[in-house]
Amino acid sequence: MNLSQTILGVQFENPTILASGILGITASSWRFVAENGAGGITTKSLWPVPHEGNKNPTMISTPHWSLNAVGVPDAGPEKATEEISDFLKTHPVPLIANVIGTTSEEFVAITEKIAPLKPDFFEVNLSTPTFLKLVGHFPSANLEEAMSITSAVKKVARGIPVFVKLTPNVPNIGEIAAACVKAGADGITAINTVGPGLAIDLRSRTPILAAEVGGVSGPGIKPIAIRCVAEIYEKTEGKVPIIGTGGVETGEDAIEMMIAGASLVGIGTAVGERGVDVFAKVCEEMQLWCTNEGVQNVSALVGSMKRSSGKK
Amino acid sequence: MRQIPLQYSRLPKTYRIVERKQETPNVQTLTFGGSLGAHPGQFVMVWVPGVDEVPMSVAEDDGAVTKITFFNVGDTTKVLAEMHPGDLVGLRGPFGTHYEWKPGQHNVLVAGGYGAAPMYFLAKETVGSGCSLEVIIGARSKEHLLFLDALEKLPHVSLHVSTNDGSVGHKGCNTDILEKLLESCPRHSDGAKKKECSPIDQVFACGPEMMLKKISQITEHHEIPSQLSLERYMKCGYGLCGNCCMDSLGIRLCCEGPVVKNDVCTKLTEFGRYHRDSLGKKHSF
Repeated sequence: MNLSQTILGVQFENPTILASGILGITASSWRFVAENGAGGITTKSLWPVPHEGNKNPTMISTPHWSLNAVGVPDAGPEKATEEISDFLKTHPVPLIANVIGTTSEEFVAITEKIAPLKPDFFEVNLSTPTFLKLVGHFPSANLEEAMSITSAVKKVARGIPVFVKLTPNVPNIGEIAAACVKAGADGITAINTVGPGLAIDLRSRTPILAAEVGGVSGPGIKPIAIRCVAEIYEKTEGKVPIIGTGGVETGEDAIEMMIAGASLVGIGTAVGERGVDVFAKVCEEMQLWCTNEGVQNVSALVGSMKRSSGKK
Repeated sequence: MRQIPLQYSRLPKTYRIVERKQETPNVQTLTFGGSLGAHPGQFVMVWVPGVDEVPMSVAEDDGAVTKITFFNVGDTTKVLAEMHPGDLVGLRGPFGTHYEWKPGQHNVLVAGGYGAAPMYFLAKETVGSGCSLEVIIGARSKEHLLFLDALEKLPHVSLHVSTNDGSVGHKGCNTDILEKLLESCPRHSDGAKKKECSPIDQVFACGPEMMLKKISQITEHHEIPSQLSLERYMKCGYGLCGNCCMDSLGIRLCCEGPVVKNDVCTKLTEFGRYHRDSLGKKHSF
């Protein structure tokens, strides 16, 4: 049984990817995650200038959901360059550099700084709930804005494939994905967190997160992620790879994501629930399922969902 | 009341302060009703609603009450220091690894500064399981020494004190005492016991990182296992945010630490050299 995937010329030993925002600050932590079975690594979002995050509490969880408003902290390009260069010296698994900015110019500036280091892919963060605080909306909720940032990043990416990470908090994620592809995106990552959500401490009657609201992740959002990935796969006619992310905890979750249309599967919050070796566990469970079902190559699963005759 | 599953410890629960005790001019202990099931060396995220949340090691959890002891040094601890019985504080945890020992061992505990708080908890628990202890406690000066009276009252404890200014005990560092102790005590492999000391099984330490680095070197030299409580900037406390990952192994101090065995500490290239801030930027010690 073969779990490997070759996506846009880059070989992944298995389809599990560390999602952006979880661990992912240092080269040594990326290696630690790779040693624990991840097929690929996504960095935390990289800014063109140092960016302060929020005060604590920034992250809280129950077995059903997590809520986070870390605020996308980053020490800036100098530190990013040091860590990425260090990781790429040994390059144990492919590295996806996630970039962020509040304007098209900022997205371009950070992409230009990172491109010479030759990460395997870029991922453009147009969808963190932190954007609501910074610019008042999700850039990927606006078709024109999403297209213009995608096209600007693509121009300076030095031929490195560009994935665009989308918010599920829109009525038309499939259309947005198709528009980004038209603007030059080589792939789509979906979804970012849902919400924002709010959790209140009863006794103090205070919102628990310092930023009050935060993005919802964890197993509860999986059906939303599966629906978004299926919609994106349909609207982009299966022509571009999708990194399906959102609520994946088990091998069967990952397989469901691939059947919906994902070529690679992002895992983040589940690191807290199942441990840092969740990647190895998910791969083992995928192997077992595929072997039992007679699936030889995991790539055969991608987009294999059969539409229901009841769909209008 | 039904038992709260472990995973729900990742959501803070607010407790009312039941007692507040001034330990030294800058150090206080707060007591909360209820147990979190914490072991010595584990930490909790302490949330002051509307202000901030910071990690603190558990100063005691006896099954009935939980205590935290803190040095009034930052924005959050300043607010905490002004709080009174009845006020609400959120606790999330316990998180991380804890000190491990076997009943009946002869162990050394080294505490530096406010590192004494978790060490008293550890001393109480280890003595309770039949261990005998050499406790070395150090501080800048006499008035900064913590839990001396409480430690003196524990059975099977030989107390050693050091102060930088010599106002009480040995003038110098607590690591000087440790070094002498390990030199004078025989090893298990030596066979016959010396009169003054039985063989030492393990060394446990908590305090400033440069003190821990020295203890790491001393115990490695003497080939005695040690467990050190390290400290890094923390956000989530349960292995997701990545802020407390240490080079070059990439381990997370909130999950694979904060109590780290010395054979792992010696492989951490940043140990005793630098730490990272909330943005991930390096700062030298």
